[in-house]
Amino acid sequence: MTLAIFFGCTFIAFGPALGLFLFTIARDPLRIIIFIAGAFFWLVSLLLSSLIWFIAIKASDPRDEPLQKGLLIFGVMFSVLLQEAFRFLYYKLLRKAIEGLVALSEDGCSPISIQQMAYVAGVGFGFMSGAFSMINLLADALGPGTVGIHGDSQLYFLTSAFMTMVLIFLHTFWGILFFHGCEHRRWWEITAVIVMHLAVSGSTFCNPLYMGSLVPSYLLMATAATWAYLLSGGSAQNLQRFLLCKSCSVMGTGDPAGSSGYLDQCWGGKRVSQGLE
Amino acid sequence: MITFMNNSDSEEEPCNERTSLMSAESPPVPSYQDGLQPSEAGEVQAHRKRRTGSSRSPNNIADGNMSDSGVPVREGTLENEEEELTLKYGAKHVIMLFVPVTLCMIVVVATIKSVRFYTEKNGQLIYTPFSEDTPSVGQRLLNSVLNTIIMISVIVVMTVFLVLLYKYRCYKFIHGWLILSSLMLLFLFTYIYLGEVLKTYNVAMDYPTLFLVIWNFGAVGMICIHWKGPLQLQQAYLIMISALMALVFIKYLPEWSAWVILGAISIYDLMAVLCPKGPLRMLVETAQERNEPIFPALIYSSAMMWTVGMAKPDTAARGPSQQTWDAAEDGREDHRSPSHTDSQMSETRSPVPTRPITSFEELEEEERGVKLGLGDFIFYSVLVGKAAATASGDWNTTLACFVAILIGLCLTLLLLAVFKKALPALPISITFGLVFYFSTDNLVRPFMDTLASHQLYI
Repeated sequence: MTLAIFFGCTFIAFGPALGLFLFTIARDPLRIIIFIAGAFFWLVSLLLSSLIWFIAIKASDPRDEPLQKGLLIFGVMFSVLLQEAFRFLYYKLLRKAIEGLVALSEDGCSPISIQQMAYVAGVGFGFMSGAFSMINLLADALGPGTVGIHGDSQLYFLTSAFMTMVLIFLHTFWGILFFHGCEHRRWWEITAVIVMHLAVSGSTFCNPLYMGSLVPSYLLMATAATWAYLLSGGSAQNLQRFLLCKSCSVMGTGDPAGSSGYLDQCWGGKRVSQGLE
Repeated sequence: MITFMNNSDSEEEPCNERTSLMSAESPPVPSYQDGLQPSEAGEVQAHRKRRTGSSRSPNNIADGNMSDSGVPVREGTLENEEEELTLKYGAKHVIMLFVPVTLCMIVVVATIKSVRFYTEKNGQLIYTPFSEDTPSVGQRLLNSVLNTIIMISVIVVMTVFLVLLYKYRCYKFIHGWLILSSLMLLFLFTYIYLGEVLKTYNVAMDYPTLFLVIWNFGAVGMICIHWKGPLQLQQAYLIMISALMALVFIKYLPEWSAWVILGAISIYDLMAVLCPKGPLRMLVETAQERNEPIFPALIYSSAMMWTVGMAKPDTAARGPSQQTWDAAEDGREDHRSPSHTDSQMSETRSPVPTRPITSFEELEEEERGVKLGLGDFIFYSVLVGKAAATASGDWNTTLACFVAILIGLCLTLLLLAVFKKALPALPISITFGLVFYFSTDNLVRPFMDTLASHQLYI
């Protein structure tokens, strides 16, 4: 395979994530730490789900093909559930961290809000998930070979890259939705995230019938994106204003509706007026 | 080890490496406008002096041990305000450590993956005499444990030796030792490294050019590390030599021995820092008694200090030289010496009385530096490099180890903030790294490979 494939797939898969990281996360040390901790939590969830799958595999007959396939499906679903469980655990941890940060700050305001943490955590999860899916593929893409020479799909690398990209985005949005649901005790949001994740993972079982996996995933991503945008305080007017580059003196509308008490005071006006985000 | 760095009274401190590493007196709270980032982590003053110049090649003599820097017990006499300031610096300092550690690991992994020389087995060091080429698993395990015992004993002996040297004030000897070691690293190992890289990419270089390049690299490195130089250049050199040292370890330590040694060294680190009779602790206490800096060694420092304006003429004058003075006269230190003399010095001094805040002082940005001993760099890089070299070509394992080490570092800083006493920096990171290496290599890899072959995504 060629260098073009390598670079192309790398940038397709990780370009948006890199942009998100560089422009929103890299400047703030606290966000970088939350990002890496998010990656770590995803990693731990993967570890545990691999452990379960490994035990199941070893305990079963390796020649029984349908059983192995069934175990794989079970492994995937279990992994998804475990990832969401760890997202919840991470939410709990970040909640505690916010309390600590508030206690340490001089004006009673945390330097970072739970919504921002949700976003960063989502990016962290997504990046790690994408990296684990894609990096080995990219390393192989640098070496010799022909894609699909045995009759498999020739679009393997490209579709993997696109799938990785959509998954990174999805994790970001799911992070926002999930944390919002936990924050406001809206269980249906949490359930929606879990169902979406299961749906996306399940749709990949259609591969190599890429219409069945990529298209639904992108549709779900668009849905999740809109939903997360609305939950974060966005609206059609905001979007219009942004696109038409109208100068915006009401950045405070970025404050999500219904944030908790002190956050209102911190993030509704004060912090924003100081130019902090 | 990691400890808090307290305010230092820079105006009275002579201009030497510790003042440059320590920040000047911490500015009063209002003038620190840097976005106020309190974080869960405590402030980091991670000093580790590790001797990096261990000549691991058989033909070299001394300098075998890794020196870990013990950290002097932080004197918990901070006022509340200072405490808050301390904690506010936490997140930024964590990142100031993340970046060099990441860079070192990237250099090591890139070299391991491209230059085949460092993954070929070409003999072993004299410190690990038992070979692992035995057929039975039990024998191999036994050999690796024996290798570890020998290696750790060498380190302990060297550390004790250095503590004794320090106790009996044989400074010149230590200086010479350290300079010799850094000479060897900067010239010999760089020459070998450059040779292998050129071989890998099939680039021809004639001897005069090679001599010029190596001479310049080495000479500037010696000057930067042992005397004065721009801060970033010095940091770059320290990262380079840590990477070189880590590569030597990766090449010459047999596989199982490397893992056992990593585990054993973290345990040793834990004991040397926390036990009352540990060599590092004794070293620190001796330095405290004498009220002088712990013998300078190779420490990575990210101290920055800019003085703008004329609020403090003497510090302004010293500013540039302080900035470049990092670990200036420090040679390589062979022992695991705590590198917290600086913090001790600052701790024993009284904090500077609050100055009236002038406009000049507001322009002044004094940031406390963060120091991390090169031994930590080396062992982190050894772990990640070994993962890259031996994990069946799997990049996931390398990535997992990398994240695990960073999180371990973060957690160590957090524990530091919670417990407020000197803590060793190696154990948590290395433990996480080892756990993640073995579990990713054996559990996650088959799972991800199966998923990738069916193009499933989780």
